[in-house]
Amino acid sequence: MLSDYGRGLRHGLPIALGYVSVAFAFGIQARSAGLSTLQAVLISLLNVTSAGQLAGLTLMTAGAGLTEMVLTQLTINLRYALMSLSLGQKLDRSMTLVHRALIAFCNTDEVFAVASQQPGTVGRAYLYGLTNGPFVGWVLGTLLGALAGGLLPKALTDALGIAIYGMFIAIVLPPLRRMREVRAVVGVSVALSCALALMPVFSFVSDGFRIIICAVVASVLGAWLMPLRAEDAPKEDA
Amino acid sequence: MDWPRFLTYLVVMAGVTYLIRMLPLVAVRGRVRSRFLQSFLYYVPYAVLGAMTFPAVFSSTGSLEASLAGTAAALALGWMGKGLLTVAVAACAVALLVGFVAPA
Repeated sequence: MLSDYGRGLRHGLPIALGYVSVAFAFGIQARSAGLSTLQAVLISLLNVTSAGQLAGLTLMTAGAGLTEMVLTQLTINLRYALMSLSLGQKLDRSMTLVHRALIAFCNTDEVFAVASQQPGTVGRAYLYGLTNGPFVGWVLGTLLGALAGGLLPKALTDALGIAIYGMFIAIVLPPLRRMREVRAVVGVSVALSCALALMPVFSFVSDGFRIIICAVVASVLGAWLMPLRAEDAPKEDA
Repeated sequence: MDWPRFLTYLVVMAGVTYLIRMLPLVAVRGRVRSRFLQSFLYYVPYAVLGAMTFPAVFSSTGSLEASLAGTAAALALGWMGKGLLTVAVAACAVALLVGFVAPA
């Protein structure tokens, strides 16, 4: 019989492979933004989040203030609060305070998605199995990208720049296709983002604040005009 | 990047990210009751990812043509519900091919 840890590890393998490729692109981006290999790896080791790291990297190189960094990370990563809240409802008694605090470190979108699809409750052996692979993949991919980025032909590293956005699109489209509320919220956010980024009048709005403004405006409008019923808020793809 | 400045950014980034993940898991055992707050929290990730992707994705590769083609591929495969790895790799492959045909 497969142990709970082994079952978690196996469920985490596809996530780990996906992370290697996206983190590889992040490693390249970090190097071309002027960070050392060690710095790139440290970011991935301590943050374990694609969108937050990418935004953080942009802010670092722009020399942004710490307030903007805090607000940006808060907004971009706010979804994790929801995921942690939701995951908290599924844990069995083996998940004591210390283990909750440790697992929280690796509660990524994909880990959360897989964990919430498990029937019944989940315990600590399964969750450590599930998170170990993706964590190693994320850090390893960053290291490889940072090291190999300079050796690859420019055409290839250019093309890899789109990897992370491909992952974002893959996360958003299934619920967008299924729910008109998500279509509306994403539509407002994207339209506002393009307007703020492309219209010269708004050139004073930095990238970090642009994302905060768009996400908060679109989500508040959505929650106000199209509040979800409890049964509409599916846990598996939050 | 010089280390003192880098480490300041890193500590702030990692600290905020971890606290957001850890506090609800450790401190909150009950359920969020407010329908507005539930809906807001549900919409946030999609709104964030949308704003992060557009228009940044259009300048994510060497040329606008390659970026547009890669985006189209990602949208088509994402719509079909393909996995993260498939969509990310396909977007890169299409961008690479178009990059050769239509160099910057």
